[in-house]
Amino acid sequence: MRLSRLARGAALAAVLAAGAGGAGLAKDKKDDSPAVIAARDFDKNPYPSTYHAYPGVPTLITGATVFDGEGGRIENGQVLIADGKIVGVGGAMADMAVPAGTVRIDGSGKFVTPGIIDIHSHLGVYPSPAVEANSDGNEATAPTTPEVWAEHSVWPQDPGFSRAMANGGITTLEILPGSANLMGGRSVVLKNVYSRTVQGMKFPGAPYGLKMACGENPKRVYGSKGRMPSTRMGNFAVDRATWIKAKEYRAKRDAGKLETRDLAMETLAGVLDGTILVQNHCYRADEMAQVLDMAKEMGYHVRAFHHAVEAYKVGDLLKASDTCAAIWSDWWGFKMEAYDAIPENAGLLYKAGACVVIHSDDENGIQRLNQEAAKAQGDARRIGIDIPDAEVIKWLTFNGAKAIGIEKLTGSLMPGKMGDVVLWNGNPLSVYSRPEKVWVDGALLYDAGNRKLRPVSDFELGQPGEGDVK
Amino acid sequence: MKRALLTGAASFAALLAAPAMAQSVAITHARLVIGDGSAPIENGTVLVQGGKVVAAGASVPVPAGIKTIDAGGKWVTPGLVVAVTDLGLVDVGAVEDSNDSDADKSPFSAALDISAAINPNDLPIEVSRAGGVTRAAVAPLGTNSIFGGQGAIIDLGADPDAVTVPRAFQYVELGETGARRAGGSRAATYALLFNALSEAKELTLTPAGPRRDDVLLTRRDAVALGPVVSGKQPLYVHVERASDIRMVLGLKREFPLLNLVIVGAAEGWMVAPELAKSGVPVLATPLTDLPNSFEQLGSTQSNVGRMKAAGVKVSLGDFGDQPRYAPQYAGNLVALTKLPGASGLTWGQAFAAISSGPAEALGMGDRFGSLRPGRAGDVVIWDGDPLEVSSGVTRVFIDGVEQPLSNHQTRLRDRYATPAEGALPKAYEW
Repeated sequence: MRLSRLARGAALAAVLAAGAGGAGLAKDKKDDSPAVIAARDFDKNPYPSTYHAYPGVPTLITGATVFDGEGGRIENGQVLIADGKIVGVGGAMADMAVPAGTVRIDGSGKFVTPGIIDIHSHLGVYPSPAVEANSDGNEATAPTTPEVWAEHSVWPQDPGFSRAMANGGITTLEILPGSANLMGGRSVVLKNVYSRTVQGMKFPGAPYGLKMACGENPKRVYGSKGRMPSTRMGNFAVDRATWIKAKEYRAKRDAGKLETRDLAMETLAGVLDGTILVQNHCYRADEMAQVLDMAKEMGYHVRAFHHAVEAYKVGDLLKASDTCAAIWSDWWGFKMEAYDAIPENAGLLYKAGACVVIHSDDENGIQRLNQEAAKAQGDARRIGIDIPDAEVIKWLTFNGAKAIGIEKLTGSLMPGKMGDVVLWNGNPLSVYSRPEKVWVDGALLYDAGNRKLRPVSDFELGQPGEGDVK
Repeated sequence: MKRALLTGAASFAALLAAPAMAQSVAITHARLVIGDGSAPIENGTVLVQGGKVVAAGASVPVPAGIKTIDAGGKWVTPGLVVAVTDLGLVDVGAVEDSNDSDADKSPFSAALDISAAINPNDLPIEVSRAGGVTRAAVAPLGTNSIFGGQGAIIDLGADPDAVTVPRAFQYVELGETGARRAGGSRAATYALLFNALSEAKELTLTPAGPRRDDVLLTRRDAVALGPVVSGKQPLYVHVERASDIRMVLGLKREFPLLNLVIVGAAEGWMVAPELAKSGVPVLATPLTDLPNSFEQLGSTQSNVGRMKAAGVKVSLGDFGDQPRYAPQYAGNLVALTKLPGASGLTWGQAFAAISSGPAEALGMGDRFGSLRPGRAGDVVIWDGDPLEVSSGVTRVFIDGVEQPLSNHQTRLRDRYATPAEGALPKAYEW
């Protein structure tokens, strides 16, 4: 499994690289040169996660309506969290091996979901306050910058992380570079837990993503600078030329012939290897169809189209290519390529059997992904597409986890997965509900009933409203 | 007065014969929301005649011959009122030629009259109408000055007469944005503001006479500010920071007739007693809870609830181009009432904050915004609780006239209900 391989980290990657080099060794003794070794045996995980689960107590929630994140719904259900993991999920009669000292929470009238996942966030790279000095999301100086890594821009003190948890129940989020560039750089997946360092937030074992963008933004940004691309055809030409270079680089790497490192090509080779997942900003249906062909031509897979407002026109193509549509429920009309957005997008995609993910791209929207999903559910219902609540919750949990390659670790309440859990004070698909408690890896990190369990970023200390409800 | 929107000669003739009937309707068996903060009335009836609400309540007799709709227990409310928005000014935000919301290269500022730019046929109006929005205060937001120009009050009816009140208010930026435009400092903003109001006042004293030779404002801009100084035209002031709000309230010491409305007010809760005492209406940005700039470090979703509890005349405003989100914002404020330590609104207060509240802030509380007798027959039928996110609008009436709810979005929805192409391309399915 790709994930577990990544989880084992740099050691295995080094072995693989050494194996590739070893194959070349017999043919060409130059492969022993220090340059070749340096280009081959570098540390693949130089900014390793230092995140660790915070202390938790075994916790049993009883009597709640449980949405398991994979489409299951249990009335009067129980959820047992212990040692940072989901230990058991079941009905009232389920036999739970409850450890001594377990805290019991009466969940009657309440709802339990997996921690909510937002796969499109710019928290930390475009933080609050949104001043120029903090604006670190777009390296808009060249149309392809696969060499930049979002984690090097993330400010871990963004007050937005706390709002995402308290109001949105967000426990995991993918931070992406912006969409000025065709290839914007590597994403980073974070646990929504404050830390002094970004490394202390990094989701252990999550693969990297590559942010790509098609359409208006790259051609506008570079066209206005008088350089390529200035058109959609220019977008594709620059993408394809870059992929051809990446394929050559990878072939050379596999033959043990690289003499210098190339950060950009290392990222793209990772995509071609299948270890870095493409997250492609793309609004229009016709462009998605062309990107899917480009991916086939160049030998990679698009994991998800983000902002896919016209996905409803090509649900069949997305299903066939196993590509998720990461969407807002009803953002519309703010730019030309969003002109054909419709609120029934999610419903029509669901009907077509395609993978739906609700994303935010917004420091406010991330606080209400549950409401966005509920809006889409209502709009679907009004055209005769009835989608059960438990399936809608999947759009915010398991499907997101799948799109960013962490579905074996979190995204549903399956025993053995991370103890990322939200207890809601009502049905999360109602505007009147809010998270009551949020656990990350079994640690209670937000409690609406305990002001001290309300994270306050460094920035907000001593400011008006420090520790206030938000 | 609203004209009917039906097309075709037959219906047009019918309308000429009985215009009042075309604007009359009774909706019965409704879960009826008056919009004034009161609780919903079960099994209620609203009666609209000649475009105006005649009666709404539990036992309202329906005269013979009135078109009657049985709501079957569904929610029936006044149309939503949104202030401030750029509805009618923008087709596509990022397509500059289609966007009249700012005019930063104009030599004029306060004189700009936004009613000239409003397009009743623009798609955001159609989409907002389908979301239950029936009235809006449209503000010009950007010029090269702190003054945005004169806003208009419009209805969202599918007819050519969008503008209910042109030049309904003047819009001014006094926070960070105002400081930037005024020369880089709030000190510059207030110098500019006081100077402008003084020049306007001088001009009203000698309208035909010569002006001093050191004036800054063009004559048209100074003339436009005359009604502001005399209090005849409200002055909408966008500020967020607590200290800026205090400064605005202090303006009345120098210009006592000013008719102020505050827009934004992210830190309003920090000066709630002063705001309440002043009686100045506040159109608060809903749900702002991040320190997105240094003028809103104290942001919290409890802002509106705290102001309300302190007696401030607060309702929701500042919606940009998507006022159809108003019910969701209002619903979130109800959610806060269940959250320990947070302040929100009751359901009735929340609905009033997007209907009668903004109408009153606009000085239009006797014209629309509620189903009290005499108000415009702006009525919306919903398929569920209007503040609940999964609910939708089923029918909309403006001035008693039923409105079309189809638009570009619904047409796309219908075309792609089945994405696969048939015998002919999708372009032939319409």
